[in-house]
Amino acid sequence: MIRINCPYCGERDHSEFSYGGDATINYPSLDASEKEWTEAIFFRKNIKGFQFETWHHSNGCRMWLVVERSTVTHEIKSVKPCHPDLQRVVENNK
Amino acid sequence: MTKFNAWNVIKNGLNGQSYWTRQWRDPEPKSSYDVVIIGGGLHGLATAYYLAKNHNIKNVAVLEKGWIGGGNAGRNTTIVRSNYMMPGNHEFYEHSLKLWENLSHELNYNVMFSQRAHVSLFHSPGAKDSVSRIYNIMRLHGTDAELWDLKTLKKKIPHLNYHNSRFPILGAAVQKRAGNARHDAVAWGYARAADTLGVDILQNCEVTGFTRKNGNIESIQTSRGIIKGKKIGFAVAGNTSVLWQMAELGNLPIESHKLQAFVSEAVKPLLDQVVVYGVGGAHFYISQSDKGSMVFGGDLDWYKSYAQRGNLPMVQDVAEAAMAIFPSLGRIRLLRHWAGVMDMTMDGSFFICKTPISNLYLNAGWNYGGFKASPASGWYFADLIANESPHNYVQNHNLERFEKGINIDERGAGPDPKLHG
Repeated sequence: MIRINCPYCGERDHSEFSYGGDATINYPSLDASEKEWTEAIFFRKNIKGFQFETWHHSNGCRMWLVVERSTVTHEIKSVKPCHPDLQRVVENNK
Repeated sequence: MTKFNAWNVIKNGLNGQSYWTRQWRDPEPKSSYDVVIIGGGLHGLATAYYLAKNHNIKNVAVLEKGWIGGGNAGRNTTIVRSNYMMPGNHEFYEHSLKLWENLSHELNYNVMFSQRAHVSLFHSPGAKDSVSRIYNIMRLHGTDAELWDLKTLKKKIPHLNYHNSRFPILGAAVQKRAGNARHDAVAWGYARAADTLGVDILQNCEVTGFTRKNGNIESIQTSRGIIKGKKIGFAVAGNTSVLWQMAELGNLPIESHKLQAFVSEAVKPLLDQVVVYGVGGAHFYISQSDKGSMVFGGDLDWYKSYAQRGNLPMVQDVAEAAMAIFPSLGRIRLLRHWAGVMDMTMDGSFFICKTPISNLYLNAGWNYGGFKASPASGWYFADLIANESPHNYVQNHNLERFEKGINIDERGAGPDPKLHG
């Protein structure tokens, strides 16, 4: 079991969460070329090692998180709220 | 290499089994080959075999970082079927099934292919309509497919749970020519047959880098020295992205996920078919091996991973599905479970295609379905490497299909790799 330290709820089993995907995708502007959109939607780095990824606390607070996790050992380095404004709120309340 | 036939079996029986030769050589790497296939799994070995057999290209090496049959070749549930509906896919998998039907003779190696029928249960009128559509498309293309009503199903498999009120069994979609095979024997059979035709199988030979010249890959750095290849093929399943980035080619429409499989203790004959509890129910598939073990599996672990080990929530999930459909398995003990790394793609279909490097060819993206595909995968990958252009069946199985909007998405699940189970 992977344990994810949700910034809102505390440390929980990963079975409470749903895996989202790569958290580093930069979506292009609406008038960008088809090639740029294809790259953003379909193509992935598929990192072997530490990566930033999104998880949804679907059976908890239902907030989206950015998790830095190793795809080899499953070790987690950091967990933050997805939204930068919420990140600030969490930081200020520490 | 001694051929397997009745005469040799009798002769060796009388001589204390002393005349058998080793199954394949353990050669030192040559400095260069016409074709180098990276990945000594079923797809890589099959490709090498068909390069030599169909295209008379015999100066071929297969590089394997571990030992052959030690990756996903040994980490699957051995199911062989061809129940696909998308253009390209159904012709490809049907050809694969036809190759399976003659594989033991072709390789002079008993792969124990057993056409015991693949039975997909359905649990709602909607699921019945949906699966009927797929199986009708199969029939229109000449693949065998039929529906079993509840009465037939109860007669064939009396011990399913017909009192499941959440997912009542209404019948099954059946492919009778489908079944399973002995996974190790497929790897060994292809290795032995390819070796006999002159292919070098280089085990413990890990690729560590590429040297580029004039846009091509000139040579490959490996743990057993530098090897040159006029043409190079990738067939490394879950590790495709790693090699792709080693060749400085950027991103791929692939995510690596892990899929678990389970084997129980051996019991007396209990199940004659491959049963899938999957159409409008959970996701669970089970068969019984010739040794008597129940072999089964379920969904991915649901998060991206390169670890070849499974996590416990999925063990529980699969056990629950087993109990829902086969309550008689309740006291059976699990012997082993393991995980393999799947190269899950953005539309659930594979790649057999050229790449931005003109002497590099890609075979990847097998999702859940690599085992059954291996004969045809080798056949059409060898065809691509030898003839420089893809066969009609795989003409859209390339990396450009996403930009063109011709995704081959059997499930209609969209661009999320983990959903294409």
